[in-house]
Amino acid sequence: MKYVIIGNGIASIGAIEGIRKVDTENEIMVIGSEDSPAYGRPLISYLLAGKIGPDRLALRPQEFYKKSNVTLKLGTTVAGIDTKARIVTTDKGEAVEFENLLIAVGGIPFTPPIPGSDGADVYNFTNLAHAQVLISRAKEIKRAVVIGGGLIGLKAGESLFDRGVDVTILELSPRILSLAFDENAAALAGERLAEVGLNVRCGVSAKEIQRDAEGNLKGVHLTDGDFLQTDVVVIAIGVVPNYNLAKDAGIAVDQGIKVNNHMKTSAGGVFAAGDVAQAKDLLFGEDRVIPIWTNAYNQGFCAGKNMAGADIEFTGSLAMNSISFYGLPTISVGTVNPPEGDNSFEIAINLDEKKKSYRKLVFQNDHLVGYVLVGDIDMAGMYTAFVKFKMAVREDAKRQLMAGEPDVLLWPDDFFQETWNPETQS
Amino acid sequence: MPGVSHGIKENTMKRVYPDKEYCIGCHLCELACITAHSKSQDLIVAYREERGRDGLSSCKKVFEKGDICVAISCRHCDEPSCVAACISGGLYKDPETGRTVYDREKCVGCWSCLMACPYGAISRHPTEGKIVKCDLCEGREEGPACVAACPNLALKFEER
Ligand SMILES: Cc1cc2nc3c(=O)[nH]c(=O)nc-3n(C[C@H](O)[C@H](O)[C@H](O)COP(=O)(O)OP(=O)(O)OC[C@H]3O[C@@H](n4cnc5c(N)ncnc54)[C@H](O)[C@@H]3O)c2cc1C
Ligand code: SF4
Ligand code: SF4
Repeated sequence: MKYVIIGNGIASIGAIEGIRKVDTENEIMVIGSEDSPAYGRPLISYLLAGKIGPDRLALRPQEFYKKSNVTLKLGTTVAGIDTKARIVTTDKGEAVEFENLLIAVGGIPFTPPIPGSDGADVYNFTNLAHAQVLISRAKEIKRAVVIGGGLIGLKAGESLFDRGVDVTILELSPRILSLAFDENAAALAGERLAEVGLNVRCGVSAKEIQRDAEGNLKGVHLTDGDFLQTDVVVIAIGVVPNYNLAKDAGIAVDQGIKVNNHMKTSAGGVFAAGDVAQAKDLLFGEDRVIPIWTNAYNQGFCAGKNMAGADIEFTGSLAMNSISFYGLPTISVGTVNPPEGDNSFEIAINLDEKKKSYRKLVFQNDHLVGYVLVGDIDMAGMYTAFVKFKMAVREDAKRQLMAGEPDVLLWPDDFFQETWNPETQS
Repeated sequence: MPGVSHGIKENTMKRVYPDKEYCIGCHLCELACITAHSKSQDLIVAYREERGRDGLSSCKKVFEKGDICVAISCRHCDEPSCVAACISGGLYKDPETGRTVYDREKCVGCWSCLMACPYGAISRHPTEGKIVKCDLCEGREEGPACVAACPNLALKFEER
């Protein structure tokens, strides 16, 4: 087989589309553990909340795989990779030869050792199967404790709450979404959640999950001494790269699978992309794991083109999150919490508590390197341009950005022309 | 190797190119846009009623800075950031036409595309959890309405 892809998430879709930009002929095989064609993983929270039905989960039209000449082996897990012989083996005992392999196996839920967590009524929330279980459980339960106040924890909590469950979210750090948000943004979002009746407790975590003699879940002991009665616990702290398959095959790993600027791993003909990969960061230059959707697609897309023989460098991952809290939209891109005491950063803040609107811009050496918007998010893309294209921001432009009015006429003239009115499209 | 080209396939298609040398900032393109996307197909009704009632809004945005102005909308990028960001499959590249297509039914209003598109080409629908983005006046035989409406030929619809 010319192309084999392990995993059927968004990085895999990116890779298929990348390969087909270069090579429309040779067959692709995708081997994925889950039973369904690629779905919008973030949509599982919309499904759990009852906002969408299962019919809206699929990411691409039904005929996508056929049109792209892709053979799908679903419900099949790759058990081993022989990088020398270029063969992958599956849990069903099949062996598949490959010329080019992409490892796009995503992340696995991070589960810290909490006493009592082994047993019934403790769940994760990272895939469709988890969502389906929680949907059926939500009908019978009254209370849920969600451990983790990051993206996945908040999504899980919100969705269960929408099903009529009384939810408490526990976040160990002093604020929710500690990576993407600062205090102001977290406070606004927190207020919104409190208004609708979701309990969020920061600065505490679960010390022990209490069970009775029969092993039935009773509640959660918190690090601050409190005890919360609950019917279920959802551990949703985040994901860690699912790299054991690669590691066991002798492929170099660090925090994730190490890849070069072409998304190639240390093994010949083997690439990696998505939540499992540690790839170049656009802003810092160093390699990091940034487990978000857009990066997974972009990395897969770049890997796919290179697998098919093109010579394309990965431009780099950029952290970005867009999350709404019951009608309060928020967006966070790039560096939002620069290291304290580092004078190379300049921060411009605009907070209107009444209007529930917040804007934070982070500049470094006359470049916009990150921003947070709460409430009024409509100009987000125009700010993203400055971060992504690393455009120098002159003083007058800076003033305009700080006034909440970024626009394309602030771009360098050549770049504007090339982008909007080129002689030939590239 | 048959069928394998080692270059990257680019879409050749017509796009709308704005020229800031010619734009006079009159906003007629925006009006033409809302009319073309209105139920009534009538400027007055679209502007007076559908705008307020249905949240009808323009895909085109005019920016002004001193004497300079320009009207922009979706570039229908070859490798669009919005498609990479879309969590629902609501945005995708039509392989046949090369257009960046929006499927309203699939969209869940997460605003990921609005954040990711560095061209500011996506806006929120004012009343629904949906986005507003240029569709090059899909189905309009004469081509994009904004181009036809521009009195100073500052918008060109061509293949480059
Ligand atoms: C509830 C939730 C909400 C989220 N919301 C957002 C959001 O709003 N914005 C955002 O940017 N990101 C969000 N994310 C993160 C985003 O979903 C991930 O970054 C993205 O899905 C990563 O894609 P991937 O293709 O790398 O991996 P995955 O989507 O994890 O796909 C990997 C696939 O590989 C399969 N697999 C694993 N091992 C094997 C094996 N050995 N053999 C075969 N198959 C295997 C897995 O079963 C899985 O289907 C969210 C995540 C969750 C869980
Ligand atoms: S919405 Fe933005 S990223 Fe998407 S095709 Fe249009 S201009 Fe490109
Ligand atoms: S707002 Fe709609 S079209 Fe945009 S990324 Fe979200 S689901 Fe896709």
